[in-house]
Amino acid sequence: MEAVLALAIGVLTASGVWLLLRPRTFQVIIGLSLLSHAVNLFIFSMGRLRPGAPPIMPDGGFVDPSRYTDPLPQALVLTAIVISFATTALFLVIMIAARGLTGTDHVDGREREQ
Amino acid sequence: MIPGADHLIIAPILIPFLAGALMLLYDERRRRMKLGVALVAAGLMLLAGIALLRRANGGGFAGGSDVGYYLLGNWAVPWGIVLVLDRLSALMVVLNGLLALPVLVYAGAGWHRQGQHFMSLMMFLFMGLNGAFLTGDLFSLFVFFEVLLAASYGLLLHGGGQFRVRAGLHYVAINLAGSVLFLIGVALIYGATGTLSMAHLSQLMVTLDGSHRPLVHAGAALMGLAFLVKAGIWPLSFWLPSAYMASPAPVAAMFAIMTKVGVYILLRLSFLVFGASAGASTGFGGVALAAGGMATMIYGTLGILGSQGLGRMAAHVVLVSSGTLLAVTGIALNAGDGVTMLSGALYYLVSSTLAAGMLFLLFEPMSRDEGGIAAMLALTADAWGLEPGETEEDADPAPGLQLNIPGLMTALSVAYAVAVLALAGLPPLSGFVGKFVILMGGIGDAATGGTVIWAFAAILIVAGFATLIGLMRIGIQTFWANDGEPPPVSVLEAGPVIALSAMLVLLTVQAEDVLRYTRATAETLEMPTLYVEGVLAAPPVAGSGEADP
Repeated sequence: MEAVLALAIGVLTASGVWLLLRPRTFQVIIGLSLLSHAVNLFIFSMGRLRPGAPPIMPDGGFVDPSRYTDPLPQALVLTAIVISFATTALFLVIMIAARGLTGTDHVDGREREQ
Repeated sequence: MIPGADHLIIAPILIPFLAGALMLLYDERRRRMKLGVALVAAGLMLLAGIALLRRANGGGFAGGSDVGYYLLGNWAVPWGIVLVLDRLSALMVVLNGLLALPVLVYAGAGWHRQGQHFMSLMMFLFMGLNGAFLTGDLFSLFVFFEVLLAASYGLLLHGGGQFRVRAGLHYVAINLAGSVLFLIGVALIYGATGTLSMAHLSQLMVTLDGSHRPLVHAGAALMGLAFLVKAGIWPLSFWLPSAYMASPAPVAAMFAIMTKVGVYILLRLSFLVFGASAGASTGFGGVALAAGGMATMIYGTLGILGSQGLGRMAAHVVLVSSGTLLAVTGIALNAGDGVTMLSGALYYLVSSTLAAGMLFLLFEPMSRDEGGIAAMLALTADAWGLEPGETEEDADPAPGLQLNIPGLMTALSVAYAVAVLALAGLPPLSGFVGKFVILMGGIGDAATGGTVIWAFAAILIVAGFATLIGLMRIGIQTFWANDGEPPPVSVLEAGPVIALSAMLVLLTVQAEDVLRYTRATAETLEMPTLYVEGVLAAPPVAGSGEADP
C-alpha cells in the first residue's frame, strides 16, 4: 500500500510541476490543483497508513490508542482542501479576467514572438 | 470566553476581523462610514498593540513574565493552539498598527473608491498579519498566512486593469506554489516529530532520533523556502517588483510589511528550532540565509541602479532591506551569538518598513499628471545627451519658482528626503543608527567576525550608496527639475506621509529606548528556552464551564 500511495503522490507531483511550468494559464491552474492533491495525500500519509482503524475515539471509558489512527493529519487535510479550493477558485477568476483583458491565455498576457 | 485569561492578546486578531466582517454587511455606498470603522479599528489595534508591548517589556504577564500566552479553546500545549506574545511579536504588531493607520487615511483620499470592499480586505490583511505574528503553532501559521495572502490577492487586483491582472496572475501562482511547499514542510515535520507546536518542536530537537533529524531538516528547509519567497530572497524574488509596482499605492505600502512577515517567521523559527539548544541541528540554514541575503542585497542594489521609475526602484529598495535582515539572521544564527547585531537588525526592520511604506505612498502623488512622465523624459534626455527644446527656459534662473510650489508639495519633498536618508542609512536618521549597530555588533563580536562580516559590511555600505544615488536622481527630477505645474496633492495624501516621516524622526530621537528594547528582544531570541518553558508550562484556566464538558 505504501508503494502505491508513494507512486500516486509522485506521479501527481511530477505532472503538477510540469503543468505549472507550462505557458498556458489553464495548464497552470490544473498543475496547481494536481499539486495540492499530491500535498493532501502526503499530509494524510504523514499520520502513518493504517487500514481499518477509525480516527475518532468513543466517549468515556478506557481507550486503547493503538487501535486508532492519528486524527490530526486528517483534520489538517480538511483545512488544506478548503483553503486550496478557495484559492483555486480565486485564481480561476483572475485567469478569466486576464483572458478577457489581454485576449490571450498566455501567462505573460501576450504571445511570444516567433 | 475563558474567564481569567489574558484576553488582550487575541485583540489584535479579533478587532480587524470583526471590523472587516461588519463592513461586508454594507454596500459600497457607505464608504464614509466604512472608512470611519476602519480607522477606529486600526486605532484600537494600535492601542492594543502598544498595551501589549508595554506589558511584554515590563514583565506585565502572569508571574511577572515577559511572555504572555493565550490558549485557544483552553487546551494545554502541545494539544491545543496557543497564541504567544513576547517582545518580538509585540514589536511586529505595533509596527503593523503604525503602518496601518496612515495607509488607511491615505486610501481614504480616493483609492477605496476604485473597487469593492477595499476596507474589508485591508482589515483581513491586518488580521492575517497579526495572527502570523502571534501564533505559536505551525499549522495555524499556515492558516493565517493564507488569510493574509487571500486578502493581498484581492488588494493587488483592486482597481483592475490589464497590468494589475497580469501581475496578479503571477503573484497568485507563485504564492500558491509557495503554500504547497509550506504544507509539505509542515507535514514532514509533523511526521518526524509528531508535533506542530513551535515550543514543543524546539524542545524535541535535542532528543530527536538520528533517523528523524534529516526529515525535520528537509521539512524546515521546504517551509523556509515558502517564507523566503515572501521575503523576496534572490533568486525567488522576480515576482516582487512587478507585483509591488502594479498594486495600488496604499496596498504597496502595506506590502512593505509583508516581506517582513517572512523575515519575522524565519527569525522566530530559526532561533527557536535551530538555536543554541538544538543539539546536532544548531545553526541549520544559517549559511544559506547569510549567502542568500547577501545575494539579495547585491541584486537589489543592481536593480536600484538600473530602475527608471520610482515604483520599480522602491521595490528594489524593499529587496535590499529584506536581504539585509536575512543576512544578519543567517550570520547571527551561524555564530550562535550576535545579540548586538540582531538588536540593530530589529531596529533597522522598524525603520526600513516605515520608510519603504512611505516611499510607496509618495510614489503615486509624485508621478501624478506629468510628474512621472517628465522624470522619465528628463532621464532619457540625459541618457541621449539631448537638450529638450526649452533651453532658454531652463537657463532662466526663475527666482519665483519656489513660490509656485504649494506648501504641501514642499512638505512632501521634505518627507521624501527623510525617507531617502532613512533608507540609504545616512546620519542623522534612523537608518544610520540601525546599520551602525548592525555593523558594530557584527565586527565587534568575536563570534560573528571574519571575512563574511567584512563582505557583508561592504555590500551593506554599497547598497546604501546605490539607494542614495537612485532615489536622489528621482527626487531631483520630481521636485527640483520639474518646471511644470506641481501636481495637485490632497491633505489626506500628504498627511499620512508627513506622519510617517515624523515617526521616523521620533524613532531616531528615541533611538536609545528603542535599541534597549530590541536588545532585550534579541537576547530572548538567543535564549529560546525562556519561550519554550513558558509556553509548555502555560496552564489552562481552571474552573471554566467549557474546559470539561
